[in-house]
Amino acid sequence: MMQTVFKRTPTLKDCPTHYCPGCGHGIAHRLVSEVIDELGIHGRTIGIAPVGCAVLAYDYFDVDMIEVAHGRAPAVATGMKRTNPDKIVFSYQGDGDLAAIGTAEIIHAAHRAEQLTVVFINNAVFGMTGGQMAPTTMLGQITATTPQGRQADGQGYPLNVSELLAVLPGTIYVERCGLCSPAHIRKAKAALKHAFELQINNAKGLSLVELLSPCPTYWRLSSPDAMLYIQNEMTKVFPLGRLKG
Amino acid sequence: MCGNEAMAESAIQAGLDAYFGYPITPQNEVTAYMSKRMAEEKRVFIQSESELAAINMVFGAAATGKRTMTSSSSPGISLMQEGISYLAAAELPCVIVNVMRGGPGLGNIAPSQGDYFQSVKGGGHGDYHCIVFGPSGVQEFADIMPLAFDLADKYRIPAIILADGIIGQMMEPVVIPTNSKLTTQNLKLPKKDWALTGADGRKQNIVRSLWLAEGAVEQHNYDLQAKYRQIEKNETRCEQSDVDDADIIIVAYGICARIARRAAQQAREQGIKVGCIRPITLWPFPSEQISKIADKSPIFLVVEMSCGQMVEDVRLAVAGKSPVVFWGRPGGGIPTVEKVLEKIEQLVTRASSPCLHGQDGRATKK
Repeated sequence: MMQTVFKRTPTLKDCPTHYCPGCGHGIAHRLVSEVIDELGIHGRTIGIAPVGCAVLAYDYFDVDMIEVAHGRAPAVATGMKRTNPDKIVFSYQGDGDLAAIGTAEIIHAAHRAEQLTVVFINNAVFGMTGGQMAPTTMLGQITATTPQGRQADGQGYPLNVSELLAVLPGTIYVERCGLCSPAHIRKAKAALKHAFELQINNAKGLSLVELLSPCPTYWRLSSPDAMLYIQNEMTKVFPLGRLKG
Repeated sequence: MCGNEAMAESAIQAGLDAYFGYPITPQNEVTAYMSKRMAEEKRVFIQSESELAAINMVFGAAATGKRTMTSSSSPGISLMQEGISYLAAAELPCVIVNVMRGGPGLGNIAPSQGDYFQSVKGGGHGDYHCIVFGPSGVQEFADIMPLAFDLADKYRIPAIILADGIIGQMMEPVVIPTNSKLTTQNLKLPKKDWALTGADGRKQNIVRSLWLAEGAVEQHNYDLQAKYRQIEKNETRCEQSDVDDADIIIVAYGICARIARRAAQQAREQGIKVGCIRPITLWPFPSEQISKIADKSPIFLVVEMSCGQMVEDVRLAVAGKSPVVFWGRPGGGIPTVEKVLEKIEQLVTRASSPCLHGQDGRATKK
């Protein structure tokens, strides 16, 4: 007798994505979708897509969604949640969106203790525009705009946004996970679930889960090597674990 | 009440759910008033970290179908242009109040009409329009709010109220319109079935401004333009006074229209036949009304607190049928009745001169 042991979760649409082979967005999308379904909040969730590779996230998440200007998701989320406190509002943002152009919006949403869930995808590079340096780009990392590798002198250091946010009284939960092995991915799902649960339980404050996510295309690595790069290199600069809450 | 407070109370009476704003002079009375009254009404007030954030909070609240607004003054409105372009593209209704001050740059905090181009011609990127109102007094500042919200909802479009430092700061007796939602014009407002309220028992709603498929954004633009033509047809508003026999027509909006009206009355006392056209909607612009009057070939005198912005729309409407002369003061300078009267008298003298058509220059030192 046939038995279903694995299936697509309903919130994740049944369609191919536009993401590159080995990209972490597919994993992150699935985790967020599973959490939404397991928590039974599909009918009252509003998602916010960023500008970046995940701009078309509404083509994959089957919940009400909005696409917003680059970096402004936490402000848009604030407008939504304050006027609709019964809804579950999450933003899904990359490192360019959240850590470069949208730094003010995320810091002030956290500072106001907005009841939001933020999924922060850190792949250390601007993906959609062709692999340019992001604030989170590693020292020495070669990108389209750091052809000699990122140098601290002139190009600055990798920006640890989660650590910055964790010290604000308005954040209630900040955790960094890696999408780099089955065990890490299970941990990431637990973190995402907790971040949504806090909002469901009306906990006063912002929760954020940072996901170190592979970008084999612009890291110029094979998919397995990109996973190893997260484990062996990225975690040295962006240590995994719970930063707050 | 001052104009800023009257407008704010009127917005609350019109069913405002959420106000988002950042302090800037000369509209600080709005944020202060809203912080107190919205709390009393148990509605949403947020002092945002920037105008960028404020307009995006508006974007979020509007996307869920709520009545929402922001207010600011010129430099702050410049910061909001990204958001306004997105609001126009995503067809989200909201109201944006600009209490204009002197510019460009940080300029000053004196009254100005220097943001006409920005509001009427777009301001942000892309082909779009917002409905733009130019109130000329405290009462009208208040009266326009429910109408602006209704029209924003009806057409799914941002509405801009282009006031200035005088309208915002001036105190006048005012009756706040109440219970105006849906009743101003007996508008049958469409149901907001596009709003993001959670996909509970229905298909997913998406609010977006990106369409990557070939031709999709082109088609979106055609759809927007079709809507704009409807708005031009249905919502153009202007006030005309003493235009029928006039040899000179002053076109002015906002506080300038009040000054112009007084100058026109004084000119009439001297036997000079002067009439006034006051655009109430700056977009859509009352081009047809002006064109009709231009058929009678009066001289048009456009008075603005700028170096000449609306005058371009007057010229387009007049289309060479009559001379169009501009006079204005930029950067916080306020035209006086005496000065406008002086310009009228000069026009009478010059009307007999054959070189009038070459005399419609821009603002020069007064």
